[in-house]
Amino acid sequence: MMKFSTLMRKPADWMQGAGPHSDIVVSSRIRLARNVRQIPFPGWATKDVRNGVLEQLKPEMEGLPEMKDGFSSELEKLSSIEKQVLVERHLISREHAAKSGGSAAVINRKQTISIMINEEDHVRMQAIRPGLQLNATYELIDNVDSELEEQVGYAFDGRLGYLTACPTNLGTGLRASAMLHLPALVLSEQINQVIQAVHKIGFAVRGLYGEGTEALANLFQVSNQTTLGDKEVEIIARLEKIVQQIIQHEHNARVKLLEESRTMLNDQIGRAFAVLRYSHIISSKEALNLISLIRLGCDLNYYPEEFRAVVDLLLMEIQPAHLQIEAKKKLSPEERDVLRAEMTRRKLKMLPEPDNVDNSAASGPASDQLNHPDDE
Amino acid sequence: MLCDACKKENATVYLTQIVEGKMQKVNLCEACASEKGVDDPTGFALADLLLGLGSQEQVKKTSVEPTCDLCGFTQTDFKKTGRLGCSSCYSIFGEGLDSLLKAMHKGTRHVGKVPESYAETKNIQDQLENLQEELSSAVTNEQYEEAARLRDEIKNLETRLSEPQGGH
Repeated sequence: MMKFSTLMRKPADWMQGAGPHSDIVVSSRIRLARNVRQIPFPGWATKDVRNGVLEQLKPEMEGLPEMKDGFSSELEKLSSIEKQVLVERHLISREHAAKSGGSAAVINRKQTISIMINEEDHVRMQAIRPGLQLNATYELIDNVDSELEEQVGYAFDGRLGYLTACPTNLGTGLRASAMLHLPALVLSEQINQVIQAVHKIGFAVRGLYGEGTEALANLFQVSNQTTLGDKEVEIIARLEKIVQQIIQHEHNARVKLLEESRTMLNDQIGRAFAVLRYSHIISSKEALNLISLIRLGCDLNYYPEEFRAVVDLLLMEIQPAHLQIEAKKKLSPEERDVLRAEMTRRKLKMLPEPDNVDNSAASGPASDQLNHPDDE
Repeated sequence: MLCDACKKENATVYLTQIVEGKMQKVNLCEACASEKGVDDPTGFALADLLLGLGSQEQVKKTSVEPTCDLCGFTQTDFKKTGRLGCSSCYSIFGEGLDSLLKAMHKGTRHVGKVPESYAETKNIQDQLENLQEELSSAVTNEQYEEAARLRDEIKNLETRLSEPQGGH
């Protein structure tokens, strides 16, 4: 089995990989909720029952061919920082991280598949891939589900489908979501219209870490809200269509910003660069929002496009738990802000100044690294 | 500011939720807040919805509270948490759920993936039903040879049903 330190050292596939529409769609994610029949759901089960489920399920999951050489641990054996790392990588939910006795996480080596044991349901399994590839992501998790159903007696009803602790997940137990980077829609103040339109057709828009979280770094998760009454592929096709439309809107907003608000855009991206490159204290919220603008800069030729991978990794590396693992100790928020600034200063040294690169002449990567202005 | 629920006590709990893109605010006193389970914000919207839907249905029913035989979960537990206790709860509370499911989902019937073992069982059950009908018509028509053949086939399928398949 893979050690936590190995998992930590290797970025998850979706964090650095490129997929279709990677400029706007960061990742595609599908999760399935499943339960063992005739056994109380985790929220209502006694500790002994939860432990029994864990003991039955964990070896089955570890034994799946997909999970070979993966990571597997009971949550009570992980420190709170380690659990937080898994949350920051979207491998377990915040709710799951808050659990301890009787819960576990089983994650494959590439960190594309993760299975949570005893979250709100006995089993929550998800697949995550870079870019917009919802169908391929579903295939990945559907296979795991089919393998598991031979080992686990799933709670299933002919009329209601897969039975879940919360009636909102009944039926398919499927939540499909896409993480979208929408800085231009935010800058041009169209984002609320888009969110409302998506809500109207029964899909949810949430922040970076799901329900009730802030939309940091201009990142938004769009996902289905209904799970009963449609086939899996229909739910996924509908989400795909919505995401395609949002991509189009974001593209249009970017073109319009370039044409009509070039100076404002130059200013925003320039300021983001300056703060990230020269600050010594930076909160995670400020850093995330500024890195988002650098990411936009990569898409709009302010920077060579290959820097997007650096920027994407940085989005993860500056988060509190990742920082603390890197520092090998627990840090106060103030210490984290200093370390974070140190990291962004160092990583962005590779980036050329946005000012000197205009849209037409964006070619040489990092060539003017030597002559950046130290002061006015 | 007075509590929106009891309209007597001063409100000390202010809850803001975004529901379908619109902001909704509720101000509650401490007693009403804990009674409605506001400590768990994810359960609250659901519980609130249920209180509205469920209260009329409960008046019609008897005063004995429905309870799950398998896990001991009650209707009150459901209203409090918005979750069910186990998979069997769905057969106990299922009826009252229909209106809720209609409001919550696209349909009230699952049309997606079916576990293979369930599909097999379902298939055998359907076959059995057909064979039983054929058997009774064979007996009525005094086709005893045919009836004997059908009886054997039924027995065969029944043993297959009682075998454990896929799962513990």
